[in-house]
Amino acid sequence: MQAAAAMPLSENARAAATRTAPHVTIRGLSKRFSDATIYDNFDFDIPRGKLMSVFGPNGCGKSTLINMIAGLFPMDSGEILFDGQPLNKIKFGYVFQNYREAMFPWLRAFDNVAYPLKVMGVPKAERTARVERIVANLNVKIDLNLYPYQMSGGQQQLVSIMRALVVDPEILFLDEPFSALDYEMTLFMREQLQRVFVETNTTTVLVSHDLEEAVYLSDRILLLSRHPARPVEFVHYDAPRPRTDKTMTEAEFINIKAHCLEIFQREVRKG
Amino acid sequence: MNWKRMQVLLPFVGVIVLLAIWSFATWMRVVDPVLLPSPIATFKAMWAGMFHGKLGIDFVKTVERTIYSTIIAALIAIPLGILLGSSEKLYRSVEFLIDFFRSTPASAMFPLFLVLFGVGDRTKISVAAFGAALVILFNVAYGVMNARKTRILAARVMGASRVRVLWDVMLLESLPQTFVGLRNGVSLALVIVVVAEMFIGSVDGLGQRVFEAQQMFDMPAMYAAIFAAGALGYGLNLLFLTIERRFVHWSGK
Repeated sequence: MQAAAAMPLSENARAAATRTAPHVTIRGLSKRFSDATIYDNFDFDIPRGKLMSVFGPNGCGKSTLINMIAGLFPMDSGEILFDGQPLNKIKFGYVFQNYREAMFPWLRAFDNVAYPLKVMGVPKAERTARVERIVANLNVKIDLNLYPYQMSGGQQQLVSIMRALVVDPEILFLDEPFSALDYEMTLFMREQLQRVFVETNTTTVLVSHDLEEAVYLSDRILLLSRHPARPVEFVHYDAPRPRTDKTMTEAEFINIKAHCLEIFQREVRKG
Repeated sequence: MNWKRMQVLLPFVGVIVLLAIWSFATWMRVVDPVLLPSPIATFKAMWAGMFHGKLGIDFVKTVERTIYSTIIAALIAIPLGILLGSSEKLYRSVEFLIDFFRSTPASAMFPLFLVLFGVGDRTKISVAAFGAALVILFNVAYGVMNARKTRILAARVMGASRVRVLWDVMLLESLPQTFVGLRNGVSLALVIVVVAEMFIGSVDGLGQRVFEAQQMFDMPAMYAAIFAAGALGYGLNLLFLTIERRFVHWSGK
């Protein structure tokens, strides 16, 4: 609201600008660990309303990148802005790889999902309503009165995705969310994530170590080099959603996947 | 299926074997009957002592002292342990003191506490509380320090403040370890209370009962008091385990 008042743009121009402007701008990001420079003056724009995957060689700093964007790790220098605002001004969701350690085992699944609302000071009645709404939207069929340790791994990760979404985040981060699940559950969870994305169109950043998964789910694939990481290519994949098993047999999917793999292997060999 | 049902009775096998050997030994007079009375004489003495004699009163006295000292220890040690555990630097700076006094036999502190509190309940309870507090403190502090990093990050990423992370996450994360501390603490408190009852001009308590029965060579009464103390120790441990299962349902899961 205040920003609108300060900006000398017409309504329409502003709306157009926000539609096309990048959601997140990363400028001059640098990060050193004791033994290596992971990022050195890294610049990147994350597009709005897209599902973007980050893919690259081992240890290139895929997770480190989203951890720094989400404020879990400090960066050494640089600036990351969300529509021009710092992290503490926006609502975002974060899904950890290790759901077992990211859930609160002393709370029932329902209260786990409601927890971020409690932190925000939302009254109890509204918390309940919002959790129920998200359960209905996602068509979740889990007994949320269970404790996390009474659920399967996939159910727990689904609960933690709901916990990330319940605040109506402007952006959603997922750090290898399915890598601790078995294959059957992974396939199921990919569909769940795709549905969430189709329904909410939330800007989503996914770190994946599975190229097929990254291409299948994404509109954009950011391929990183070995550290110090730089963007090697930003691959576009615009196949319509919902994508299905059939999508993976189409020529476009196969070509894009092969292209990404080629770049990936070239980067690996450079190391 | 019958075998499955029988398995519930397994814990009693050891008890029955012990009683059989004991009966056999007294019947064969392997040991001087003055030193080892028969199980029946012992349990008669226990029954009579618990319900008609002084043993029951002594039992209650020891329970009171043990519970008071554990409560005092918990009230001091749990908040202090959370405070120390929430900052690793703070804990490291007092770690040596905690470990040193934790390693000091609490019985060596009796004379000091006698000077401070005189002869009476206050001394017994405070020595036991001192011993138990250090055990609880150590466990609580480690419970807080070892809180899962991911869980703390998860709370922080959802916008929880430092105080909220401490209250909502670290405190609950430390509960399983806190209960380990409480169980060890109450066991230690019982040991110290019983020893204190034996030696510092006591007039009641299980320790005093054991000691007095020994002085009067009333062996059935002495064994009865020993078994009462054993039952008390076992019962307290069981009580804390039950509370733990009820309140820390996620422990070990």
